Amino acid sequence: MPKREDVKKVLVIGSGPIIIGQAAEFDYAGTQACRALSEEGIEVVLLNSNPATIMTDKMMADKIYVEPLVADSVKKVIEIEKPDSILPTLGGQTGLNLAMELAEEGYLDKMGVKLLGTATSAIKMAEDRQAFKDTMESIGEPCIASKVVDNYEDALSFAQEIGFPVIVRPAYTLGGTGGGIANSEAELEEIAPNGLRLSRVHQVLIEKCISGWKEIEFEAIRDGKGNAITVCSMENLDPVGVHTGDSVVVAPAQTLGTEEYNMLRNASLNIIHALGIEGGCNCQFALHPESMEYAVIEVNPRLSRSSALASKATGYPIAKVASKIAIGYGLDEIVNAVTKKTYACNEPTVDYCVIKYPKWPFDKFVKAKRTLGTQMKATGEVMAISDNIEGALMKAVRCLELNVMSFELKKLKNLSKKEIVRRLSQVDDERFFVICEAFRREVDIDMIHTITTIDLFFLNKLKNIVDMETRLQQEELTPALLREAKRMSFPDKLIATLSGVSEIGVRAMRELHNIFPVYKMVDTCAAEFEAATPYYYSTYDDYTETVSNAKKKVVVIGSGPIRIGQGIEFDYCSVHAVWALKEAGYETIIINNNPETVSTDFDTADKLYFEPLTAEDVGSILEIEKPDGVLVQFGGQTAIKLTEALKDMGVKILGTKAEDIDAAEDREVFDDILEACQIRRPQGRTVFTHQEALEAANDLGYPVLVRPSYVLGGQGMEIAYNDNDVQEFMDIITLIRQEHPILVDKYMMGKEIEVDAICDGTDILIPGIMEHLERAGVHSGDSISVYPAPTVTKEIKEQLVDYTKKLAKALHVVGLVNIQFVLYEGEIYVIEVNPRSSRTVPYISKVTNVPMVDLATRCVLGEKLKDMGCGTGLHPEGDYVAVKVPVFSFEKLHDVDVSLGPEMKSTGEVLGISHNFSEALYKGLVGAGFKMSEKGNVLITVRDTDKEEMLDIAKGFVELGYSIYSTSGTSDFLARNGVPTITVGKIGDGSNDILDLLQAGKFDLVINTATKGRRPDRDGFKIRRKTVEVSVPCLTSLDTAKAFLASLHSTLNKKDLSMVNLLDV
Amino acid sequence: MKKAFLALADGTVFEGVSVGAEGTALGEIVFTTGMVGYLEALTDPAFAGQIVTMTYPIIGNYGVNRADCQSGKVQAKGMIVKEVATHPNNFRSEETLTDYLLSENVVAISGIDTRALTKIIRDQGAMNGVITTDENFKFENYKEQIEAYKIGALVSEVTCKEKYTVGDGALQVALIDYGVQKNIIEYLVKRGAAVTVYPAATKAADILADKPDGIMLSGGPGNPADYSELIAEIKELLASGTPLFGTGLGHQMAAIAMGGKTEKLKFGHRGANQPVKDLAKDMTFATVQNCGYTVVAESLDEKVATVSHINVNDNTVEGIRYNSIPAFTVQYAPECKPGPKSMEYIFDEFMNLVGGKHNA
Repeated sequence: MPKREDVKKVLVIGSGPIIIGQAAEFDYAGTQACRALSEEGIEVVLLNSNPATIMTDKMMADKIYVEPLVADSVKKVIEIEKPDSILPTLGGQTGLNLAMELAEEGYLDKMGVKLLGTATSAIKMAEDRQAFKDTMESIGEPCIASKVVDNYEDALSFAQEIGFPVIVRPAYTLGGTGGGIANSEAELEEIAPNGLRLSRVHQVLIEKCISGWKEIEFEAIRDGKGNAITVCSMENLDPVGVHTGDSVVVAPAQTLGTEEYNMLRNASLNIIHALGIEGGCNCQFALHPESMEYAVIEVNPRLSRSSALASKATGYPIAKVASKIAIGYGLDEIVNAVTKKTYACNEPTVDYCVIKYPKWPFDKFVKAKRTLGTQMKATGEVMAISDNIEGALMKAVRCLELNVMSFELKKLKNLSKKEIVRRLSQVDDERFFVICEAFRREVDIDMIHTITTIDLFFLNKLKNIVDMETRLQQEELTPALLREAKRMSFPDKLIATLSGVSEIGVRAMRELHNIFPVYKMVDTCAAEFEAATPYYYSTYDDYTETVSNAKKKVVVIGSGPIRIGQGIEFDYCSVHAVWALKEAGYETIIINNNPETVSTDFDTADKLYFEPLTAEDVGSILEIEKPDGVLVQFGGQTAIKLTEALKDMGVKILGTKAEDIDAAEDREVFDDILEACQIRRPQGRTVFTHQEALEAANDLGYPVLVRPSYVLGGQGMEIAYNDNDVQEFMDIITLIRQEHPILVDKYMMGKEIEVDAICDGTDILIPGIMEHLERAGVHSGDSISVYPAPTVTKEIKEQLVDYTKKLAKALHVVGLVNIQFVLYEGEIYVIEVNPRSSRTVPYISKVTNVPMVDLATRCVLGEKLKDMGCGTGLHPEGDYVAVKVPVFSFEKLHDVDVSLGPEMKSTGEVLGISHNFSEALYKGLVGAGFKMSEKGNVLITVRDTDKEEMLDIAKGFVELGYSIYSTSGTSDFLARNGVPTITVGKIGDGSNDILDLLQAGKFDLVINTATKGRRPDRDGFKIRRKTVEVSVPCLTSLDTAKAFLASLHSTLNKKDLSMVNLLDV
Repeated sequence: MKKAFLALADGTVFEGVSVGAEGTALGEIVFTTGMVGYLEALTDPAFAGQIVTMTYPIIGNYGVNRADCQSGKVQAKGMIVKEVATHPNNFRSEETLTDYLLSENVVAISGIDTRALTKIIRDQGAMNGVITTDENFKFENYKEQIEAYKIGALVSEVTCKEKYTVGDGALQVALIDYGVQKNIIEYLVKRGAAVTVYPAATKAADILADKPDGIMLSGGPGNPADYSELIAEIKELLASGTPLFGTGLGHQMAAIAMGGKTEKLKFGHRGANQPVKDLAKDMTFATVQNCGYTVVAESLDEKVATVSHINVNDNTVEGIRYNSIPAFTVQYAPECKPGPKSMEYIFDEFMNLVGGKHNA
């Protein structure tokens, strides 16, 4: 079928902020969609609240609205732009839900807007539990015994009927939010009501638990004519029971025989035909390991995390093809962009295997419950490609940046064999490490299988890895053994450690016997056809397929998996660096391992290597490519960490030099620089031991900030108020071996100001100065940040520009630099300087119209700022105010304290843009998911030191018409100051204590400031966690509360918010 | 681990490890891109005379269950893989692939850069080669026999010795065995046929004397143009007006019988993902194929034959419908089971024709 002629202008809805369960994969999908539509001459209007994305870039669409993803904004944008269609299936569950909401209320029909792609009825059929079950039954596809219920009593009676354990799955939620496995009535009582509340339609599915079955996924795609293929099969190494987003996944499926494979492939096609899908679709199955019995677990009638993985695992651009299908094309009419010879109806076939490994935030949230179940907890993922499973697993574990070289954890070494066996039954993020440890302790494989129910095929692969470790320890390192170890992707360093041969010795043996990786292509067709835009992975085989050419070329090191503190922003920067390099006539090469991102799309760089980002893996590529230089400043800490090793290899680091990057992190060197520049910083010390830390803290005087150096997102950073705190934090920090000293700094509670600047070695350009609403002490990534800085005087701004210039020059910055200042009692102090790209670069670039990464890349290549036409010094402030509001994923992470502190906790961000501050802030808050009630009940419980400051806030809420609730202490204080309050019982005070009232939905808002220590057994912690469980906004900083209040107070017409097209800014 | 060598006619030599029987296998080296189905490939009669390279690198994961064999024995001359699973795991597995290859006395080699090999074949075309466990391997010693090797008229080696009947349906279907895969029979029987399988060389007159309601020509190995005697019989079968359906080699020979020509595909269509478009339905399906030859579209007389299916990748002929007789044939293997179900409708079409004839 040819292109539809009735589609001229399409609204694409993005997925909003990065949260657990909905990450960068939708930036990849949305970007492909925008491009696919644009190249067909269709006008694209984009709506997405996430400014850190490539898809919200000016060149991506004709109109770009960075506005809250709520029905009101969509309607407004539709009224302004009058698109003829909406493409809803590329913006994750968020985009799909919004479109469905508008379709259901008849709004789209009224406005004459068509829904492209899969029809509303089909989406409903797939998403509504009962409708889906009925459809599956009608086409003979088996489902698991289950029942949709809308109240707890029915949930319980059905669970009793089918017997425990049962799985609770809420309808219309993402990443399985609010779901879980209930082994007993007591557990069901905990999980089911929560799931009901979180479901948009107040429904949960109670389902027979089939844990232990194989979990298989097929990614399928179908066009409007009914042509359909499966793009990729995937097998979860973790059997049913662990959310697929938290499972280690291999593609293609490994343990299915021809018959099982075809049975499930046919079932997938059967399903997408029955649902009438037009676009991509993900089908999840449970397969009995000992029979042909299977059941359909779930179908996602849209692009998903799995589609992104299937795309990157095969080279088949699912989002692009789905977009073309949406505008009318058939699979037989869409050319395969990788081969340029085959068509989209050619089912991909691969000649390698791919391991996807989740990246969890537990290294940051050490107190969080690490157990894995039906609710996803991973923030990101890595993908490793090899021609053998062992090699792919070994690569994957390196991609995770866990400071390990293999499936070996120091802390497991201290456990006895018995304890290890006991740990085997614990399903958590360390499961594969525990299994390998069990093999090292010679636990029988059948026993491991019995306990974990992981397929013996995969257990044997893990065992092969451990067996190789043993051989390296026991046998003499011969060239043959070395070759075998390298084929399994053992790094030199590990081989050296195990064999006792030095790393240099290992390398020498490899050189002598020519044991080097070759690079093979991902081409969708197992080499059957020549490929036009393939990408590469390393393997130890005979022939290489990568050819280095004589063009001048630059390698851009990517930022690896999405994690808290290093999110999609760095992918944005990597992609822009590539574009700038291309513009400047360079061949571009990206090395990265995150399958969710735009940077790993087949057509972003000229060449893409899907590899771990370690010195050896990167070095091997550089040896072949011999680039003119390497860019590390755009790939976050992941890339920066490699600087020294790359320098030692004699590789040219473009831009800011390795020594200078180091100088910014090295306490003593940096202190000298500050002194020379006559710039102050909070006093501090570097320490290695607990004793030194305590001494430093007492010298400086409490409170102090304690943190490791060379980390991102303030990882492990805490404010210590006393010796006990210092002890506790040091214990946590030193759990992981520290190569670098630990920093202890005086904590100054002032106003935090952030500057991103571009420096060409001579001049600097500061696109904008940002001010944080929360005072210092809250991590910059978790603060609400405002541009232009609203309360900073002209004099201070001038001083900031001067300081930035001095620091950039002193550190010989060429490229980007990010500086955080604190304004304390009228004086400016430097908190930290990062000579690299930062989290704020994408948003500042967008609101100031200064293409920061582009300019920085040109500086790095030798151009001068004064020749670039964007000026130097401080860029003039624009007419718009932009407020960045952080977004958290606390619902997914149990036992994590929601109170803000120096360690970053947010997973994403949204932006509010307006001509005035209060509207921008309001839009930011709404975009971040706050329910902005004009009146209601607010619970206020704050620590004693905050009471005075809280008074005005309480008064403000009363003025609005809110009722104030508080516990006795706060209540007395408020009453004394003439604020009427209702006193509620503390936790444990009889039947109507705070937790009960929260549970009962009494409060619309909670303001709670944490007492020091933030221990889980304290009341404050419990209250804050409860707010998460009942979805009540909880403000833990008085500054945030003030802003929230101000926003509610403003005279803003909240019913009629302005919509800002970014291209007009 | 025993060393083994793979040598190609162009002089390329790979060293690997033997994962099958000792000895030497000489044949035409081809590759198949299916990610599952190694046992089905080995036992597919259309692979007779060929050494099959699996492009998927980890082979043997789910072991071997002899019930999955497509014919009574291993038909391929040898197998080339990157890695053989030493610990397969599947509840249906009876033995490892290596044990199976040993017991069937099939030479096989692992540790080969199969992707590099595939690219050689893709670029230069299917070529002869040898796998051997000869420790003193020297290319010169094998050069002559590699060059001299020619896939013969292998149908006579793979066809059944005597005719036999399966099923007791009302519709009599004559299936000519040029290298039958057992599923064809199952598919026909399932649709109400009593299938009589005839040795390839059976005279048309003898088949027609049994008064079949329909005739089916199976797939099989070799170059269709080499079988002029079989083609002569097919001509008679077509002329009889009995509904006729053919696949693979049967399809190609029928085309020649009707005045068409075939040519060798550079590296063949082998795998489970060949996209075929049914032009009448305007629908595309992923098909299982194992073909080295194709019918030349231009060689067909428009008055006699209509191209009904094409390959979406290279536009080659995948199906033909004959204008004035109740006959149609396809290049791919719709009978392949386990395989994509979506092409089964072609059997329904055939059986409808057969039923029509039966009732007439």
